[in-house]
Amino acid sequence: MATQHSRSAARLMMAPAVTLLLGWMLVPLVMTLYFSFRKYLPLRPEIAQDWVGFDNYIRFVTSDAFWPAVQVTLIIVGGVLAITLILGVGLALILDQPMWGQGAVRVLVIAPFFVMPTVSALLWKNMFMDPVNGFFAHVLRALGLAPIEFLSQHSLGSIITIVSWEWLPFATLILLTAIQSLDQEQLEAAEMDGARWPSRFVHIILPHLGRAMTVVLLIQTIFLLGIFAEIFVTTQGSFGSKTLTYLIYQRVLESQNVGLGSAGGVYAIILANIVAMFLMRIVGKNLDA
Amino acid sequence: MYLKNAFRAATALTLITAGAAQAEKITVATVNNGDMIRMQGYTAEFTKATGIEVEWVTLEENVLRERVTTDITTKGGQFDIMTIGMYETPIWGKNGWLVPLNDLSAEYDAADILPAMAGGLSYDGTLYAAPFYGESSMIMYRADLMEKAGLTMPESPTWEFIREAAAKMTDRGADVNGICLRGKAGWGEGGAFITAMANSFGARWFDMEWKAQFDTPQWAETINFFKGMMDASGPQGYATNGFNENLSLFQQGKCGMWIDATVAASFVTNPKESTVADHVGFALAPHKEGVEKNGNWLWAWALAIPAGTQKADAAKQFIEWATSKGYIEQVAAKEGWANVPPGARSSLYENPEYMKVPFAKMTLESILTADPAHPTVEPVPYVGVQFAAIPEFAGIATEVSQEFAAAYAGQQSVEEALAKAQALTTDAMEAAGY
Repeated sequence: MATQHSRSAARLMMAPAVTLLLGWMLVPLVMTLYFSFRKYLPLRPEIAQDWVGFDNYIRFVTSDAFWPAVQVTLIIVGGVLAITLILGVGLALILDQPMWGQGAVRVLVIAPFFVMPTVSALLWKNMFMDPVNGFFAHVLRALGLAPIEFLSQHSLGSIITIVSWEWLPFATLILLTAIQSLDQEQLEAAEMDGARWPSRFVHIILPHLGRAMTVVLLIQTIFLLGIFAEIFVTTQGSFGSKTLTYLIYQRVLESQNVGLGSAGGVYAIILANIVAMFLMRIVGKNLDA
Repeated sequence: MYLKNAFRAATALTLITAGAAQAEKITVATVNNGDMIRMQGYTAEFTKATGIEVEWVTLEENVLRERVTTDITTKGGQFDIMTIGMYETPIWGKNGWLVPLNDLSAEYDAADILPAMAGGLSYDGTLYAAPFYGESSMIMYRADLMEKAGLTMPESPTWEFIREAAAKMTDRGADVNGICLRGKAGWGEGGAFITAMANSFGARWFDMEWKAQFDTPQWAETINFFKGMMDASGPQGYATNGFNENLSLFQQGKCGMWIDATVAASFVTNPKESTVADHVGFALAPHKEGVEKNGNWLWAWALAIPAGTQKADAAKQFIEWATSKGYIEQVAAKEGWANVPPGARSSLYENPEYMKVPFAKMTLESILTADPAHPTVEPVPYVGVQFAAIPEFAGIATEVSQEFAAAYAGQQSVEEALAKAQALTTDAMEAAGY
């Protein structure tokens, strides 16, 4: 029974929150757009800093570093998504089984998610992947093999591993709650009808997990498009591990070319929106069904 | 009632801030290396003498650069003193972002600062930052392994000699690599080393028209020589080794030779940290046969005051204290002459006590042979040995060194790396309007 009056009162009361959120989003966005059309070199005050039209945009995409960076970004996002989803389903299935010390095991599985990205990257870099003092190097040497230089020879694989390790708990957690909400009677009925485990998994469990998986997909993609700390700590963008985010960082902070970097930022927004649009479609379909 | 309480709280706050303003407090941004951290231990003495409190913000080198650069370009005013290097000082001084240090007290004796250091920290003849310590680079080598290989290190060796010696000293079975050098990406890491090395092969970054020079035979020779020597006699994974990695390799006895910062000499000869402390010899950084430039750089960490700070006087007092002769004597008395900040003052090298330190003479000689105003064989439009003092250099050189590191790791050929370096440097210089 919302009258005209109460509706406008509600709007009025929501106004501060909406204004704040709009400001939160719009101010940085508008500043990025503004800078992206200007020549803005903070370290060179002696040269003219004015409007340059689309110069920054053209320069950013025509640079040799642009397409490889987009490619690397998509490989990392895709790789991490694939690993976390597949292993996440597996882990969720295992954790769903009744076992001794279930609570403790679950806490341990979730723990990596609470380690800060910089810290976990440092941990992996120095304790596991280091070719001289790392754990893997010791194991390989004990087996009589030459240690592998993970971060320089297999930089993308190493970064995907680190990021997957961080995000696997998140995927597991969401998928585990989804599995727990699955009606056990359905499974029992299928079993009685003679369905074996693989077909029960494919025809009952997986479809039931579909919605949770799209949620994982969507949330992770949003965060993974912007991963930075892991690259900054491990390879600093060398050995073909420069993502779009890292390229923008290099343009703005290392080269101190704010205009060019802002143009890159606008491209990143566009890329994120394209990816998000695709994902929203999938989610939308899934949620309707 | 509430209002009254709020008033009281506000009054209390005002009083606290007023109180703090009386006991003046300066904020110093600094880098996390040994000499700077040692200085923090002596801060209490400064506070006792002047009543000025010091708050330290200690950061890793790259993070420090970003923080202070952002602060100075946006006029953030977070710091009253910034620790900056020889690269930033002339650029910032030129832009008028630093308080000139041309009025330091007579007792401070600014004329005592080594001319090479004062020159690199000035713009247009005005000093903008006071050096806390200075360094060049030199060869540190294992005298015992050199003897075993049947060789004698000359005072000023050629690259050819170094390559041969490295091959002879390498003993993979005993985990000894003939030579350890920086391959790590980053303009202050592998970028600095390869630039200084290129100078000694007759290469240069830019010609007089600011055109990138990576398509010249000198650069191809430099990178091919470096990669060839390191593949044959360097440690595994050298493409990711920087100063700290090499330091630890050398201290563990895993390197025959190491060409790096002169300040490292005090770490490798310290028996508490180094297993090879008794066997270290020093020589001038190498040069190519027939090229008169050596591959040694010149660097100083210095203290500067950003223009616009309200506490310029207190900051100046602190700088005079931290970079004074008195500070050096204080450290020497407590921790020995080998631990004083080196490379800043002439008087230190006139002190017979200090000259007894094994690496003092070679450090001074290395500093004196580096010439930031004429770093290369062919003329260049820039100042700086292992860098070009233009704002764009840090960004460009970091990316260039990443291409080189990928070539060291075997992900691309040297020719590809040089072609990419040429393209990206040309592009960035165009973007900056050269």
